[in-house]
Amino acid sequence: MSAASDSRTPAEAVAPPPPAAWKRALAKARSNPTTMVGALICLAILLGAVLAPWIAPHDPAEQNILDRLLPPGGDYPLGTDQFGRDILSRLLWGARISLSVSLSAIAIAMVIGGAIGMVSGYIGGRFDLITMQVMDVLLSFPSLILGLIVVALLGPDLVNLIVAIALTAIAPFARIARAPTLALKERAFVEAGRALGFSHTRILFRHILPNITSEVMVMATLWLATAVRVEASLSFIGLGVKPPTPTWGGMTRDGFENILDSAWLATLPGLAILLLVLGLNMVGDGLRDATDPKLRNE
Amino acid sequence: MVFFFVRRLLAAVPTLLAVLTLVFVIVRIVPGDPALVILGDQATPEAAAALRARLGLDRPLWEQYLSFLGNALTGDFGNSLVTGRPILAEVGAVLPHTIDLTVAAMLFGVIIGVPVGIWAALHRNRAIDVAARILSLFGLSFPVFVSGIFALLLFSLHWRLFPVIGSANLDDPADRLHKLVLPAVTLGLVMAAYITRVTRSAMLASLSEDYIRTARAKGVPWRRVVWVHGLRNASLPIVTVVGLYVGILLGNSVLTEIVFNRPGLGKIIVGALNQRDYTMLQGLMVIYCFLIVVVNAVTDLLYGVLDPRVQAT
Amino acid sequence: MSAVLEVDGLRKHFVTRKGFPRPKTVTVRAVEDVSFRIAEGEAFGLVGESGCGKSTVARALLRLTEPDAGRVLYRGEDLRTASGAALKALRRRMQIVFQDPYSSLDPRQSIGSALVEPMRVHGIAEGAAARRRAAALLEEVGLPPAALDRFPHEFSGGQRQRIGIARALTVEPELIVADEPVSALDVSVQAQVLLLLKELRQRRGLSFLFVSHDLSVVRWFCDRVAVMYLGRIVEEGPAGRVLADPMHPYARMLRDASPVPDPARRAELPRILGEIPSAANPPSGCPFHPRCVHAMEVCARILPAWTPAPGEGQGGVACHLHG
Repeated sequence: MSAASDSRTPAEAVAPPPPAAWKRALAKARSNPTTMVGALICLAILLGAVLAPWIAPHDPAEQNILDRLLPPGGDYPLGTDQFGRDILSRLLWGARISLSVSLSAIAIAMVIGGAIGMVSGYIGGRFDLITMQVMDVLLSFPSLILGLIVVALLGPDLVNLIVAIALTAIAPFARIARAPTLALKERAFVEAGRALGFSHTRILFRHILPNITSEVMVMATLWLATAVRVEASLSFIGLGVKPPTPTWGGMTRDGFENILDSAWLATLPGLAILLLVLGLNMVGDGLRDATDPKLRNE
Repeated sequence: MVFFFVRRLLAAVPTLLAVLTLVFVIVRIVPGDPALVILGDQATPEAAAALRARLGLDRPLWEQYLSFLGNALTGDFGNSLVTGRPILAEVGAVLPHTIDLTVAAMLFGVIIGVPVGIWAALHRNRAIDVAARILSLFGLSFPVFVSGIFALLLFSLHWRLFPVIGSANLDDPADRLHKLVLPAVTLGLVMAAYITRVTRSAMLASLSEDYIRTARAKGVPWRRVVWVHGLRNASLPIVTVVGLYVGILLGNSVLTEIVFNRPGLGKIIVGALNQRDYTMLQGLMVIYCFLIVVVNAVTDLLYGVLDPRVQAT
Repeated sequence: MSAVLEVDGLRKHFVTRKGFPRPKTVTVRAVEDVSFRIAEGEAFGLVGESGCGKSTVARALLRLTEPDAGRVLYRGEDLRTASGAALKALRRRMQIVFQDPYSSLDPRQSIGSALVEPMRVHGIAEGAAARRRAAALLEEVGLPPAALDRFPHEFSGGQRQRIGIARALTVEPELIVADEPVSALDVSVQAQVLLLLKELRQRRGLSFLFVSHDLSVVRWFCDRVAVMYLGRIVEEGPAGRVLADPMHPYARMLRDASPVPDPARRAELPRILGEIPSAANPPSGCPFHPRCVHAMEVCARILPAWTPAPGEGQGGVACHLHG
């Protein structure tokens, strides 16, 4: 006999609902050391970004002519750049740009792409065919090239940067949301909903959406890593948020110009980018392994 | 087979048209008058009108669209607004450098990634596998310009093994190769990491299939089972990833070319961006898309060769 | 007796295009000219082998798949032309119970929410009142009220099927379309669910369209029965007559193939002749003629007309033997 028939005791009657699949996945991911290390890295960077105004030793834009190109140590823990600005403070403030640009871009891509994929898969037929063809075209552009073109045409500023990066990630979200929708709409509970007179909107948002969120969320973590990389790359090319706002990619480019005598200028922000991308990939990997039924046995 | 080939090429036509249309639309929806952008705000209305006429922007939109399509399909993308030379000539001059780089990076990725992936799969959950997984996670997380800078610092500045500046003489194979190594390895690193992972999981999936057990039970040597039966079936996902990744390599080659100061599409695109060379950008977008569409078609063809079932559908 | 549901000339074809460069259109004639009526309080069985179109009929009635032609009258109201509020109101009157209890419940929705949602959509009850009704419904299908706060994965197949039935009852339907409601369940559980359905039928005065491939289940549950073959009804009549003494050779074959409880008669089990042809390419004339032991020359040419069986209310048959 299973749960329900022997659950007449009051204590069990108020038993909490079972955890959603992603919570179970989270519990599983927690037992994976890689995921935990990745989460710690991300958390540390997030803390640094949030607390930057309070923990940064200097003003990130303050130029000190007398302290130019100082190596790490002393008053400037990580040295100064060619304008005498404190590298550590600029790294902390730069984390804010990296995180806010990628988080907002992925949030936008997730909502728009997810909605496109879900609706397209649900409607099906010719509409689905055409939508997915468009998504495939979008997908065939490498993110960096697409981002490059969009920022170049719109002009480099914070909002355009977010739009460009979001655009590069819409197609993959559409695909990841569509696949489970196609399977779900064949399930009898969707038909039951229709027989019960539910509207399509209700079926989509109340019954299909909750069942695809875990896949989409895992995808979001992995694409967050890509977004950070694309943002840094665009900044490195000179298409990121405009100076003097500190960005990791921009700092790497500035440092690259002085690479012969002050190698730390380019390597420190480069390491920061590497660390954040690595952390996000570690978390995303762990989450995917925990939710992907095909990988579950591995 | 021939039929399949033709069919696949035909299937690429709508994609190409869609891409061309997308490029046309993107360029047209950009805010601002391109003539004013090119000439600057102080331009006289006459000069702007003349430039518009030269660019064909005064004609109706559908006419612009048709001539854009026609020209693109015949390889005529107009002249650069900056140098005045035909875009195809400008691109053609540096394309070999970019192709060198991309192909070399791809080869590096496959040569490193496939054996390491197989090796890791065969030693699943042992030290080798764990090391391969951690290293590939690192490789995957390196933005190309960061790994490029690290490579430059170590191999060119510290150990002085490779030149700092990579503008190769195309007619001197030794020089060409010498200057290619560092950028190609840098660019191929991410791909190697990616292929390692895909090969590993594809091999694990393939080796757990029933026919592998049957082959072993029949007494087929293990080495043969792995390389012939296992790898053959793992090759499909690997080919898919390689095909997908060529596009990403093209994108990342822009960064590699900047870091290593190599001539190539990347340098042209950045130059065009800085100088607002609007015809050049449009042409480059079409060329990039064309390259990617071709790569996708070739990937699909390889699919057909590797998996007879694909042809049937 | 007045009819709850009248189906007249129902047709559903599935069209797919395949091939390149000249695509061929393949038409699967899943349901072809199906007519029947279900009287008030009656349980009407629809039997046939898998692929004969019986489930498509069930789904087309509720417009879960749009029929191509024919009329579906629910107490005189045409379901096929209804839309918007009228369709919603009609759907309230007819509910469906699915075959697969594992896919018929939303895995992310608690049982309570699944039962309350339809009540809210149809404005039947809200809040605490709806919850009370949901608990009462669970009681009625034999589950404890504590199940309200649980999720589908905590229940067995039989329990899920009970929940599916309770959900169908939330909107107080008059007709239940049961699409193979027990065939996915263990035999021991089948009996319990069948008993529950019969009980509900008596207590609530429900009418049933009962789709099944299992003749013994249909014999036990249904008053009348129609036998489908390749999208058409080949014989119809009172369950007792059709299943005990069928007129159509196909119906006879089905009867002889179904398990016989008497071991002494087992030796006489006949062989099943041939396989069911594809509905994409049905035979000419009578669809059954290639498998029929009595096939005559005319069977391959002409589709047999519907012939009433002798006696009042004894149904009819589509067969040249009885023409």
